[in-house]
Amino acid sequence: MKKRRLSSNVLAFCLVVAALCAAPLFLSDFRVNLLGKFISFAILAVGIDLIWGYTGILSLGHGVFFGLGAYAMGMYLKLEASGGKLPDFMSWSGLTHLPAIWAPFAHPAALIFVVLLPAGLAFLLGWLTFKNRIRGVYFSILSQALSIIFVVLFIGQQAYTGGTNGITGFTTIFGAPLILDETRLALYYAAIALLVLVYGYCRFLVTHRIGRILVAIRDGENRVRFSGYNPTGYKIFVYVSSAAIAGIAGAVFVPQVGIISPAEMGIVPSIEMVIWVAIGGRGTLIGAILGAILVNALKSGISESFPEVWSYFIGIAFIVFVLFMPMGLVGEVKKWAPRLYARLHRSAGASGEDKSEVASRPLA
Amino acid sequence: MDTYILQAFNGLSVSSIFMLAALGLAITFGLMKVINMAHGEFIMIGAYAAYLVQKIFANYLPAGLFDVYFIFAIPAAFLLAGAMGYLLERTVIRHLYGRPLDSILATWGVSLVLQQLARSIFGAPNVDVRAPGFLSGSLVLAGLSFPYKRLFILLLVTACFAAVYGLLYRSRYGRKIRAVMQNRAMAASLGLNTRRIDAYTFAFGSGMAGIAGAALSLLGSIGPTLGTNYIVDTFMVVVLGGVGTLAGTIAGGFIIGMGNTSFEFLTDASLGKVIVFTLVILFLQWRPTGLFSVKSRALDED
Repeated sequence: MKKRRLSSNVLAFCLVVAALCAAPLFLSDFRVNLLGKFISFAILAVGIDLIWGYTGILSLGHGVFFGLGAYAMGMYLKLEASGGKLPDFMSWSGLTHLPAIWAPFAHPAALIFVVLLPAGLAFLLGWLTFKNRIRGVYFSILSQALSIIFVVLFIGQQAYTGGTNGITGFTTIFGAPLILDETRLALYYAAIALLVLVYGYCRFLVTHRIGRILVAIRDGENRVRFSGYNPTGYKIFVYVSSAAIAGIAGAVFVPQVGIISPAEMGIVPSIEMVIWVAIGGRGTLIGAILGAILVNALKSGISESFPEVWSYFIGIAFIVFVLFMPMGLVGEVKKWAPRLYARLHRSAGASGEDKSEVASRPLA
Repeated sequence: MDTYILQAFNGLSVSSIFMLAALGLAITFGLMKVINMAHGEFIMIGAYAAYLVQKIFANYLPAGLFDVYFIFAIPAAFLLAGAMGYLLERTVIRHLYGRPLDSILATWGVSLVLQQLARSIFGAPNVDVRAPGFLSGSLVLAGLSFPYKRLFILLLVTACFAAVYGLLYRSRYGRKIRAVMQNRAMAASLGLNTRRIDAYTFAFGSGMAGIAGAALSLLGSIGPTLGTNYIVDTFMVVVLGGVGTLAGTIAGGFIIGMGNTSFEFLTDASLGKVIVFTLVILFLQWRPTGLFSVKSRALDED
């Protein structure tokens, strides 16, 4: 039974990836670009699912990690676009030469910061808070404060970050013009490849022993501690992993969307990221991916024509899913599919044996 | 020297609003282990209640009576926000007991809906509440002028805290609240209707946020996102002060409010908040349960 379910999750992921790969054949360039953005959100959602769905740590500051990855990428692209000159917003703010923190980003190797910056920050904060056993809502509130700190800092330091407007005006990536359809398509497939990579990494974690410990931390941290494990290390590890994934997502986001601003790092986007996972289905990686793509597709669909409806819609979705469908859409499918299957089976009269139902995972 | 005194006075008045807003949050979190992200929206509701009362006075009553409107605005804000709080508790919050993380998400949804509701009813632009005549001007003391509005807010907050103190520590109802807070199972088995106490307390806390909103309407224009600007500060007050104690809320509000204003004064405006929040995060590493915490030997439940 277990083996069958394992493969069904991977199968679902393969189907999603196949559909994404085929999408450019059917959709307009504009839609493909949009889908590429959603894929970057899907990568982010997988990382959030790892920390929230599996480990039960609710981080409301993941926008910061996404933003750090995105800014690292944006800084590199901006310097490439400026071609050795000072980026435009810096000269507007009265800087005369490139600040030291920008200097390394002239080289493509600086893209390592896409992962290092978020991971480093997560390690620092995680090491402090988890070691001191700050958890539950206290951690969530602290992570929210982190998000405020960074937004205020990035808006305030206009000369270094571009302020409220963020960084934009990119022209090329690794020499390829961003405006070309081929470049955009390549970016799209690169996004899919990174999604597969990130999924593979998380899949590996959750199907191995460490994944069980993560779930155990979610369901009873004290028991884990009494069983002789130290949850702190695991929590730091999962926080750092999740932050690094968010950074990668940010780097995937920037070249496709063409801008990164502090608005993407704030409390509101940070908490919306969590709801993608909640709607898709926490504790299943595929649920996170589907949730991120579905919610954002709906968002661009609805808010294009009825912006005020969207606020009601997403607000009510928050309430309904958390109250009545805590395991999300995938959880509902898992709950109903076996029953449906059993009913079909019975009505076909093939066999009278009782199919053992797949119980959905109890709520943390 | 004079500027420092005025800064301190400003800080005090900002602090007092934080305290008022955080009070409801601290009590409901201590009581029900529910984090209400929509708490800021009750501030917004209170502010709009003051706006509505002002409108009614301006449009339907003789002009001479206009100044009295604020006397009615405060109870109106309390009642409206309290009623909305009661409604929220009955429909959403009661499903969330013991699920603090989920309560964050669900109540965030509530806050989005309430904000959009305010936008649909009152429009997206901010509206102004005209302060009553008797609060315009300032008290001049030793060459320093203290605006009456801010003095009034200080007085209001002091009165509210006195009322809450009386309610919590000097009344039967308060004894029940404290009993449920300390040991819910034991209180229930002694015959207390804990769910009813939860609902009333939640409504009361929301009403207090409403009063904070009415007070805020004196200081500036109000809009649908008024609550969002305060919610994170309010949470920081609660975690810094410690959950479920009046003294903690006062201390937390004082430190955050004073910290915000003085760092904004000493550095540049945007860095003030960064410094305060960073300091609070660091402080909590040292005392994870905040300044004042209810001592318990129980293993904290996950």
